[in-house]
Amino acid sequence: MDLSKSWTITTKDFAVFRRKRSVIYGLVAFPLAIALGLPTVLALVVQRGSATYAQLTPLMDAFAFFFVISTVYLSTSLASYSIVGEKVEKSLEPLLATPTTDSEILLGKVLAAFVPTIASTLLGATVFMATVDALSAPDLGYLFFPNWTIAVFLLLAAPLACLFSVEANVIISSRVADIRTAQQFGGLIVLPFAGLYVLAEIQVITLDALALLVLSAILVPADVLLFFVSRATFRREAILTKWR
Amino acid sequence: MPRLGWRPRPTIEADHLTKRFGELTAVDDLSFRVEEGEIFGLLGPNGAGKTTAVRLLTCLVSTTSGTARIGGYEVGNGADAMRIRRMIGLVPDNVGLYEDLSAYRNLDFYGRLYERPERERREAIERLLKMLGVWAQRDLLVGTFSKGMKQKIAIARAMVHDPRVLFLDEPTANLDPEAAKTVRDFILELKSEGRTIFLNTHNLDEAQRICDRIGILRTRLVTVGTPAELEDSVWGQKTTILLVEATEPVRRAVESLPLRKVVWEGNRLTVDVTDAARENPTIVAAIVGAGGRVQFVSSLRPTLEDVYLKYVR
Repeated sequence: MDLSKSWTITTKDFAVFRRKRSVIYGLVAFPLAIALGLPTVLALVVQRGSATYAQLTPLMDAFAFFFVISTVYLSTSLASYSIVGEKVEKSLEPLLATPTTDSEILLGKVLAAFVPTIASTLLGATVFMATVDALSAPDLGYLFFPNWTIAVFLLLAAPLACLFSVEANVIISSRVADIRTAQQFGGLIVLPFAGLYVLAEIQVITLDALALLVLSAILVPADVLLFFVSRATFRREAILTKWR
Repeated sequence: MPRLGWRPRPTIEADHLTKRFGELTAVDDLSFRVEEGEIFGLLGPNGAGKTTAVRLLTCLVSTTSGTARIGGYEVGNGADAMRIRRMIGLVPDNVGLYEDLSAYRNLDFYGRLYERPERERREAIERLLKMLGVWAQRDLLVGTFSKGMKQKIAIARAMVHDPRVLFLDEPTANLDPEAAKTVRDFILELKSEGRTIFLNTHNLDEAQRICDRIGILRTRLVTVGTPAELEDSVWGQKTTILLVEATEPVRRAVESLPLRKVVWEGNRLTVDVTDAARENPTIVAAIVGAGGRVQFVSSLRPTLEDVYLKYVR
């Protein structure tokens, strides 16, 4: 596999994304809304005297899970543009006629969705951590973030969830004819992750480092399985003759 | 000087090539050869299998049976497929350009995938865009271009790695006459550089003007030959002569000649001939000898449209 060809495809997609305002706004606005919105919620709760920051520390950890949800949501949007966008513009045929393997193209497409999503998530998470620390440090007497829980969130669970979403979107892209439909179906991938957050909120599970390691252990084989399914879907002949 | 009996190696060779999609046979038992430097045109109605034939030959879809070779490499063989892709350029029926990228960026992207070094890539892009008259628009987004300009960019894209063999699927469809002429002239220029061109087209006039040989496909290849050979296969040559007056002595003089078929329509005489250059002077001499006066003589040949309709109906 020639990784430089995959990267050529990835950077081409980046150039296309730069022209799509909705993609840029999504990459900036969604993580920023989480990064600033959730600390604002914490500040309001403390201001009303309902709780102290010390009592809210489990919630601070749980809020970090929104960045896992963010990676799933954002990568859905990017993967739809990257793959279904090529379908809509009918640019896959000349691309497939080049001396590039199916795996090189697929890797290029996966990276095109993965890299901006993770970059945006990490930036958003940095703003989130800094904001929460700025608000809570005077009360707690120490910096709550970074900690092991958010490290597992950002460095393990979020990339694995992002990969899961991108691979699922490759499979979805083979079955739909337009970007909006792909995004609608892709949006369904967010549901199990949102469900986990709800379970944590109703105290059925705890989203601590251990729970995230278990989630990651489930995502690893799921990613491997989806990799083989998406690779089987992303074959030249299937793309040209079976993709809708 | 070529050796005695030397023949150029066929650049494209298909042998009993067949493609089925489930119950549907898209291409059936396709066999032909295209020599190096030749323009080969494939004509056929919609659904005849032309696009599938191109996809088979460009290693985009697998064969059901039969074999094909491009430049000696076997289509369908994994390692050879990569060599074939480096050797060929493809202009599909949909241009498939990235509308949010500039013309230059589109070509540069493909140049990178074909592993052309940066300097060669830059020079190739400049040369191609200048040849096609779109160099001034190189930094504009392709989405702002007309159909004709997009088609030119698609052709430049297929040429960015300097391929020996070019596959063009309906390259002038939906173009205005001026843009179509630019594309045709460019194709002829590529031929003059010794490149082999495989052209799918609906445009009979275009096929007649630029193709060395033409195949007519209706799932199966029903006939193949040079435009002249195909035209002759319909009803050969005819000569039409307009007289001032078709008098009885003139009619008798013409009918006394050993001609295959003579048809009179008023003062117009149409005769089937085998060799017009040899037979026309004899016919005119007989007419004049019988006191007739000739207004004009012209050769009447079947058109490619006659050929096409004969084979596809």
